[in-house]
Amino acid sequence: MGNVLVLDNVRKSFTLGFIPKKRPVLKGISFAVGEGEIFGYLGPNGAGKTSTIKCVLGLIFPDAGTITLFDRSHLEPKAKTSVGFLPENPYFYDYLTAAEFLDFYAQLFGVPKDERAARIGRLLKLVGMEKAARLPLRKFSRGMLQRVGLAQALVNEPSFVILDEPLGGLDPLGRREIRDIILGLKDAGKTVLFTSHILQDIEMICDRVAIVVDGRIRSIGRLADLISENVLFTEVTVSGVDRAELAPLGESLTAQAGRTLLKVYDEERIETVLTLVRERKGKVHALVPRTQTLEDLFVDAVRRS
Amino acid sequence: MTVKVIALNTFKEAVRDRVLYLLLFFAALAIVLSRVLAVLTVGDRVKVVKDVGLASVSFFGALMAIMIGTGLVYKEIEKRTIFTLVSKPIRRSEFLLGKYLGLVLTLGVMLAAMTVIYLGLVFAHTLRFEARLLLPIAFLFLELILITAVAILFSCFSTPILSSLFALSFYLIGHFSWSLETLIQKTRPGAGRTALQVVYALLPDLENFNVKTEVVHGLPIPASLFLTAAGYSLAYTAFVLLLAVLIFRRRDFV
Repeated sequence: MGNVLVLDNVRKSFTLGFIPKKRPVLKGISFAVGEGEIFGYLGPNGAGKTSTIKCVLGLIFPDAGTITLFDRSHLEPKAKTSVGFLPENPYFYDYLTAAEFLDFYAQLFGVPKDERAARIGRLLKLVGMEKAARLPLRKFSRGMLQRVGLAQALVNEPSFVILDEPLGGLDPLGRREIRDIILGLKDAGKTVLFTSHILQDIEMICDRVAIVVDGRIRSIGRLADLISENVLFTEVTVSGVDRAELAPLGESLTAQAGRTLLKVYDEERIETVLTLVRERKGKVHALVPRTQTLEDLFVDAVRRS
Repeated sequence: MTVKVIALNTFKEAVRDRVLYLLLFFAALAIVLSRVLAVLTVGDRVKVVKDVGLASVSFFGALMAIMIGTGLVYKEIEKRTIFTLVSKPIRRSEFLLGKYLGLVLTLGVMLAAMTVIYLGLVFAHTLRFEARLLLPIAFLFLELILITAVAILFSCFSTPILSSLFALSFYLIGHFSWSLETLIQKTRPGAGRTALQVVYALLPDLENFNVKTEVVHGLPIPASLFLTAAGYSLAYTAFVLLLAVLIFRRRDFV
């Protein structure tokens, strides 16, 4: 399968201040998004996630490097016909109703009039906003705007969807719904690039991830390849044993309602803990081996930089 | 096609903005107040109604062009609505042209509304429809399409308040630049005179669009004058829009 988007050594700096000073934001970003995958682009605040996306969409112009979208220069209008985009903190024309708003964008893509109403109805239903079709956007909450924004990103039935923090501003239920929609897009054969700093979401739905820190990509690849399967430590929750007795066996984290959460790094010591609990006639409530998570990888990448 | 869609959306945005109706209300008030001035005047009252009414239409037309024109593009950038728009398969020049044409359409409708009020008031005085009064309004429209382009040019790189000041200065300079012509005639030939001539050529001459006095006093207006004014307005507008596109094309939307 080919690549939908290719960035090659993209650099961008902004000139700021009264006495102009160049501040580099992107310091040579290179990655490719393959057809049909969900690509997670993550990084801490201010790492350059949104700037990268703005470069791809032609909102800002890179100082150096090339960006190819569907094997064309990303600035060609034709390259953007199959792209859908949801910006971070979407602000839309608040004087329009949700249906008018979607109709406007559908018109920009040249969707024929007889097709528009049906498509808009379908999209509003998909994002759970069908009841708000006649409401002006100024009366929408942030979560509602996010949903309508997503519908807007899909109005041209794109094959490549770019979502900048699509799960921001949503309640847990809304996040789950949007996550399901993103997975549905993948099932429909679409490619998705999305940014987030909510690692749980990325871990749940992404095929590949890139971690960007301070304008540079620190880590990129399939999640399974990036995260090691080795057990880092085991979390054991026990009761009926004195905390002081457990201290030499591992890191005692909390002790609430008689229960102690112990972080045991050495696998052989787990057996010692269990023997001790049996001797003291205590109870083992949980025993969870912890492998490396995306969070560990992320924290590590940020620290290293 | 894209230009048309953006233009119609801009029109929708402008007509759903309350500021526009506030301006229209004050314009109507100013036109009707010309009646009060007429009562206070010795002489031809109808002429005063016609003259002050036309001046009101002209002033509020320019005010509308400046106030909406300087805000619209800036608002798109400030409110970040431009992010979704530019990410669509449209060129930035199409966006700018769409915005401009939407504004021209809005001004056309507002000017029509003011004209109806104005002609109604004149009709109440003379009891006949004076088609000749449409002529200065047509000239005014030519002036407004130029002022709108200037307002959009400034709003491509400046805040609404500064852009309004710039556009207002353009309007005022444009209406007084004819006095430079008098100065040129009184200056002896030489470097000074050439410099003045260059400045005069660069500055807009909005008095080209002012035929109020001729119409109100029933003086003849040669047909070629309208054609010259139309050519001047279109050429100047095209130049200003081209400048706006050049600035807008390379702008980063941060």
